[in-house]
Amino acid sequence: MEYFLELFFGGLTRGSIYALIALGYTMVYGIIQLINFAHGEIYMIGAFVALIVAGICTIYGMTGISVLILAGVIAVIYACAYGFTLEKIAYRPLRGAPRLSPLISAIGMSIFLQNYVLLVQTPDFLPFPSLIPDFAFMEPVAYIIGSPELVILVTTFVTMILLTLLIKKTRVGKAMRATQQDMNMARLVGVNVDRIISLTFIIGSALAAIGGVLVASYIGQVNFYIGFLAGVKAFTAAVLGGIGSIAGAVLGGLVLGWAESFAAGYISSDYEDVFTFGLLVLILILRPSGILGKTRKQKV
Amino acid sequence: MLRDFKQSLLISAWFVFLTFPLMAVRVNTTDQVVTWRLMNMVWVAIGSFVLSYAWRFMLERKKVRKKTAEEGADTRSKLQIKLEDMSFRYKAMGGLLIVALVYPLVVNTYQTNIMISALIYVVLGLGLNITVGLAGLLDLGFVAFFGVGAYTFALLNHHFDLGFWMTLPLGGVFGCLLGVILGFPILRLRGDYLAIVTLGFGMIFKVVMENWDSLSFGPSGIANIDKPGLFGMDMNLAQSTTYIYYIMIALVVFTILITNRLKNSRIGRAWIALREDEIACVAMGIDMARTKLSAYALGAFWAGMVGVLFASKTTFINPASFTFMESAIILSIVVLGGMGSILGVILGAFILILMPEYLRDLSEYRMLAFGAAMALMMIFRPQGLVSGLRQKYEYKGTKDQVNNG
Amino acid sequence: MADKKHKLLEVKGLTMDFGGLRAVDSVSLEVHEGEIAALIGPNGAGKTTFFNCVTGIYNPTKGDILLHPKGLETRRLNGLKPNKVTEMGLARTFQNIRLFQDMTVLENVMIGRHCRTKSGIFRSIIRDKGVREEEQQIVETCYQLLEKVGLGDSANEFAKNLPYGAQRRLEIARAMATDPFLLLLDEPAAGMNPQETADLDHLICRISEEEKIAILLIEHDMKLVMNISNPIYVMEYGKKIAEGSPQEIKDNPKVIEAYLGEETED
Ligand SMILES: Nc1ncnc2c1ncn2[C@@H]1O[C@H](COP(=O)(O)OP(=O)(O)O)[C@@H](O)[C@H]1O
Ligand SMILES: [Mg+2]
Repeated sequence: MEYFLELFFGGLTRGSIYALIALGYTMVYGIIQLINFAHGEIYMIGAFVALIVAGICTIYGMTGISVLILAGVIAVIYACAYGFTLEKIAYRPLRGAPRLSPLISAIGMSIFLQNYVLLVQTPDFLPFPSLIPDFAFMEPVAYIIGSPELVILVTTFVTMILLTLLIKKTRVGKAMRATQQDMNMARLVGVNVDRIISLTFIIGSALAAIGGVLVASYIGQVNFYIGFLAGVKAFTAAVLGGIGSIAGAVLGGLVLGWAESFAAGYISSDYEDVFTFGLLVLILILRPSGILGKTRKQKV
Repeated sequence: MLRDFKQSLLISAWFVFLTFPLMAVRVNTTDQVVTWRLMNMVWVAIGSFVLSYAWRFMLERKKVRKKTAEEGADTRSKLQIKLEDMSFRYKAMGGLLIVALVYPLVVNTYQTNIMISALIYVVLGLGLNITVGLAGLLDLGFVAFFGVGAYTFALLNHHFDLGFWMTLPLGGVFGCLLGVILGFPILRLRGDYLAIVTLGFGMIFKVVMENWDSLSFGPSGIANIDKPGLFGMDMNLAQSTTYIYYIMIALVVFTILITNRLKNSRIGRAWIALREDEIACVAMGIDMARTKLSAYALGAFWAGMVGVLFASKTTFINPASFTFMESAIILSIVVLGGMGSILGVILGAFILILMPEYLRDLSEYRMLAFGAAMALMMIFRPQGLVSGLRQKYEYKGTKDQVNNG
Repeated sequence: MADKKHKLLEVKGLTMDFGGLRAVDSVSLEVHEGEIAALIGPNGAGKTTFFNCVTGIYNPTKGDILLHPKGLETRRLNGLKPNKVTEMGLARTFQNIRLFQDMTVLENVMIGRHCRTKSGIFRSIIRDKGVREEEQQIVETCYQLLEKVGLGDSANEFAKNLPYGAQRRLEIARAMATDPFLLLLDEPAAGMNPQETADLDHLICRISEEEKIAILLIEHDMKLVMNISNPIYVMEYGKKIAEGSPQEIKDNPKVIEAYLGEETED
């Protein structure tokens, strides 16, 4: 039972991170039907910027959770800037181009950003300073769930609540939903569609960066390649939940997190990634619309 | 003028901000040192300022091009016009073939080896060109088929001592079979989903090869694979390299001939139609499943076949040769060269594989440049360096005859 | 003579739902041999959706689509893939032109021959005599079709470079290349000028008379419809509200209210 609970919370932690990243995929896909391949790289850049900020702080003698927050805020700002620029440069000129074009452009940007960080930083893994203290009140349950997990769960939970409020309650959120439903219609009723698309990238990037910072401080190391696998897995989560659906992304993330955690705990961790991809392939074949997604018939 | 200048200044400032933490600071958290590299910021400022002018110029040019094309003007480049002239094409091909044949005789073994690698990528590119370029099915796990071919030969050679020539077609057939097996369930998927699933397949292949020790010998790979034999003759390294080079030339010529025939056949037309418009394609009576499957399997065939040659050339393979980066390189060859264009793909392979070899100083920027090139190509020149030529058909009957008949 | 004509297409109670929206609501319709039938109605009435159901692009929620090829047994088209429907002899064009833009005009038409020819992968590689003859045959047939629609001179141009009206005619030629006995045309005159429309009028009549292909036509151009088609079916909000000869339709108060009235208002 103890082992089960440990796996359960491990999966929950992992899954909530997948969910954070998956939200970026799902929101972008919902609006412009593009798999933003470079989304994982935004996550990686977020983690890297946080590492730089946290690294400087610790070298100058600061530490603790406030450093993590500072690093997180700066990472989010930069991730947003990268996401915004990415859309502007690599995707906007391709609106209305054949479907494969933006997709190939996205793959290109993913490779580009990975190698950019590799070249200007380092190919090695860099240790991320340990900034989350062991909370005293977590002592009794520490064998099941540690303080870092708690921080991750609380942060992702709060972030998702904020996102839901933004989408459900604000004018901007309404415009985003309208654009997702029917871009041309939204434009006709006066929504600035370009702005909404930019904003979607910015929000998605912010979420990815939060995920990146949390994972980096949890795992304790960062490297230019971490975004790729995280990206593919988060995309799997998005598809699993039903791409385009926000609740679906969260659900898909959690299901994937648990599935991986239990499979690694009870079966074998060698084939963990095979398992994820196997799952992805199975969903796409059996139920491409995912758990919560709706099937939309293409208009002819 | 002034507006452009202001805009470029703004862009330049933006990129300085954007690249600041990653380019100006380097933190070594192990040794607790921070390195400041503020000079980098100057380069970024100047570079982005200049590039923003280039970017605007290119966008402008694209717009003008599009307009002239809409007015029905001829937008083909000089090269394109020249290439459409059949007699020029034959002459050029003959010349190239002669150069290709004497090449290993005038250069050293090292150079020949590099050329063999480039030729391997030519065949890989031509294979992927069927799947992506002609049929429009974005395959991001193409390297798996290459790997299947390589492992087919390595294992058959290791366990049963099967020779190169026996296995060469087998590698193709196994690649093809895997293509059909994988292709079957994913035919219904839309383009972008297909991309991600094939990416998954490629990664699954690598992970399985790394972990299934009893089959693949795991990460340590398989060594001492036989080189191609020639009537049991003993060959030294130089001779055997030259021999492999000629095999490769033959394989490339074979690939070109066959893909060219396919491209201008009933099947090839169906592939292109599928790429252009799936719905119109099925509405015109084309069986989508069968067409997709054939494109997928035939692309895989070439990868499997050239995989055998790769294993035989290096005499050692392990899963590390079959990463996503390989798939990405092959894809950029097709994208850069021109989707659907055989000549373009050949050119693309030479540029992307030979350039980093000969410009050693730049080779660490290779993947950076490939990534940028893929995006830039899509934005400014989606047809690639050489756009796919379409066969022109002659019809001898005249209008009158038709009316009479 | 009208009573003895062979019934080619028979649609009974066709219904198509998209989520909560009923785009087509139990519509029945028949097309007989030699007819040029028309399906009219205001925008969003469900005409295109009707076509998509008949040609297998959507699977209808309810209803029967029966094809009675002459001399062959009746086939139910529900649930068939579009390519199967085309193979049975029912071809179509699209309201939003869907040509293969990066192929030549001739190649576009050659795609139409795909389902009537058979050389496979291996024979295409070997290119034996049979394949070469088949290719020659395809080229000839397609050239002739192009000349019929007046595009013989543009055969080797890219489809995307054709003017709008020519693209519409190319779609017709491409559909005809599949050897249909029934042709469904979705707004073939949309975006054409009066001269082009008159030519099209002519072309459609010729196809009907010379090629013996029955035609079902969606059209907004009233003049064209009233000139050449009989019978006419009228749809509104997914339902069929009237059918009959041009005269009957002109006099039908429901139609005047739903459709013609709207026209004269603006
Ligand atoms: N794929 C689809 N998904 C959802 N609604 C659709 C789809 N295709 C058509 N519709 C809806 O069905 C109705 C009928 O459309 P359509 O058949 O195109 O009308 P028409 O061709 O008569 O102008 C419209 O309200 C349209 O929005
Ligand atoms: Mg319509």
